[in-house]
Amino acid sequence: MAAYDWFFDAVGLRAWCDADAVDTPMSMAELLATTRGGDAANAEEGGFLFPSLDVLHGACPAIGQTRDLTAFLEEGFLAARDELRIVLDPITQPLSWMLDGALALFQATPWWLMIPILLFAAWFASRSRPVTAFVAAVLIFFAAIDHYDVAMQTLAIVFVCTSLSVAIGVPIGIGMSRSDLAQRLIVPILDLLQTLPTFVYLIPLIFLFSVTESKLYGIAIILYAIVPVIRLTDLGIRLVDRDVIEAADAFGMTKRQKLWQVQLPLALPNIMAGVNQTIMMSLAMVVIASLVSAPGLGVLVLRGIRNLELGVGIVAGIGIVLLAVILDRVSKAALSRVDKQGKAR
Amino acid sequence: MPGAKIAIRNLYKIFGPRDREMVARVKGGTGKRDLLENHAHVLGLQDINVDMQPGEITVIMGLSGSGKSTLIRHLNRLIEPSAGEVLVDGQDVLKLGPAELQKLRRKTMSMVFQKFALLPHRTVAQNAAMPLFVQGAPEGMRVREAEKWLQRVGLGGYGDRYPSQLSGGMQQRVGIARALAANTDIMLMDEAFSALDPLIRTDMQDLLLELQRELHKTIVFITHDLDEALKLADHLVILNDGAVVQQGDPQHILLNPADPYIEDFVSDINRARVLRVRSIATPVQAARFDGEVEADANLESLIATSDGDTARIYRVRDNGEIIGQVDMKDLVKALVPSVRTEKGEK
Repeated sequence: MAAYDWFFDAVGLRAWCDADAVDTPMSMAELLATTRGGDAANAEEGGFLFPSLDVLHGACPAIGQTRDLTAFLEEGFLAARDELRIVLDPITQPLSWMLDGALALFQATPWWLMIPILLFAAWFASRSRPVTAFVAAVLIFFAAIDHYDVAMQTLAIVFVCTSLSVAIGVPIGIGMSRSDLAQRLIVPILDLLQTLPTFVYLIPLIFLFSVTESKLYGIAIILYAIVPVIRLTDLGIRLVDRDVIEAADAFGMTKRQKLWQVQLPLALPNIMAGVNQTIMMSLAMVVIASLVSAPGLGVLVLRGIRNLELGVGIVAGIGIVLLAVILDRVSKAALSRVDKQGKAR
Repeated sequence: MPGAKIAIRNLYKIFGPRDREMVARVKGGTGKRDLLENHAHVLGLQDINVDMQPGEITVIMGLSGSGKSTLIRHLNRLIEPSAGEVLVDGQDVLKLGPAELQKLRRKTMSMVFQKFALLPHRTVAQNAAMPLFVQGAPEGMRVREAEKWLQRVGLGGYGDRYPSQLSGGMQQRVGIARALAANTDIMLMDEAFSALDPLIRTDMQDLLLELQRELHKTIVFITHDLDEALKLADHLVILNDGAVVQQGDPQHILLNPADPYIEDFVSDINRARVLRVRSIATPVQAARFDGEVEADANLESLIATSDGDTARIYRVRDNGEIIGQVDMKDLVKALVPSVRTEKGEK
């Protein structure tokens, strides 16, 4: 006799419960109880059990078990998968091309060309000698310990994902700043994206795309990293001095003129702060994305964990930290340059 | 009234979601406090009727909260009214579509702001050329016009600086150059000098009057400072609680305040400096004069000329013609606010 039998007897649902009862496979808990030698049903009656799905199923086979619920979700997702792929596959395909292209480009470029290019980019963004020198030191360190290739892979992925996040995020942020309704609708989505544990992003994506496709990790990284740039674009534009906006209106500026001449330039320090955050978050995600075949330093960390190769893991971990530091320094230097210009003016 | 550059007719502004319904209530006699407490709407402006003549400076004066900044923003529709008409050259601004409104803002009205509202990321020259940029004028013309107007407001050679490198007074000069560069008939000045310290403010007032003698714009000037209002105004409009209390020739208002609110207002100012001889002149009666005085001289200068002798009588000249006389006894009476004279006489 299972718990809660009395309930279904009392309310007269016994006939409904047993209508097409078949013997379902035992749950793991029941199996364990049986193998321990006790009678599962008796053990259950011993305490006052919470009427969970599994317990109720024991009393009334018409009620499903919890594993039916997860199976239902999985089947629903699999059923919708083919239709979703028809829509999502072509849309996201360029992402795969971009990632593969960037990876190939970063690796095909010889080191004696790549390092000067990166140093020039660092100088162009930061206009700071110490920062550029530090970037040079880190790149040489990577090359010296034979981690140059993996570092370039990680950098390529961060580069593509950050660029796309900015290209998509800034327009969304502009849209949000123009309409309170849009802001109310989008903010909860951003909150969700930011609070969702990073691993959870990967689950639906693995079902949708095959693990060998680069867009799988590309999408995961972009979804995670796009949030700050959207938020700070919206905030930056909303913080633009209302008097200046009023002056722009009073002289008959069009919406477009106002956006390009007033709002975006004045919001630039905030947008740059968002870009800095986006870079850091895509770097954080690229490590986790190594679980779904993203190449780069993350793979070495994963190897360190899986094979207990302590040294490999530590070196790769330090490499990631160094990469994070140079990306942060360069983008912060660029930000403070923009900020200072804004204030000097 | 024909000839008015800007005519405001029965203008109402009520802040709140059902402002149009509330207009009827206000017309029916509901007061500001009643409207706020029982209907949760704020009465901004009620039944404003003002004519602004071309080439004149119309000063709208009132304390903070009197609705003066709200009123000026109706002229170029930075604020939408609840009811009424604003006629500019006979055309109702409130009926304009978006494209016509944009044209009005570009070609007909320019504006100077209390907090300057310059673009901080653009140079002084670029700021001054902003209206031309907005209109899509070619680069060469923008540079030329900006330089010309900056020169005109005394900022020649500052074109390459950024606004934050300039003092408040200089920044507002850029604001004025920007408004002038738009080459509009009408200039709206919203407390344009209120954020400046007193000495600079006097300089800017002089600059404005000097520019006005040359350019003859129709200027709408908002201020809370009576001295400033009296110095600049050809036509003075006094607002209180969103309604016009009195309007007309400033000297006339000073000598004949319509109600206690204005009496309070005018009681604190230096009448000798503000009042002109013309305003207290009477028809010629005396046979002998102690001297002559210009009609536009202020009373202060006449007191200095007379050495404070109240027995003297002066002949008043305007452009060489004799238009009347001033008895120093009348002058002394005019120096005392009217409310007190009345009490004294009773």
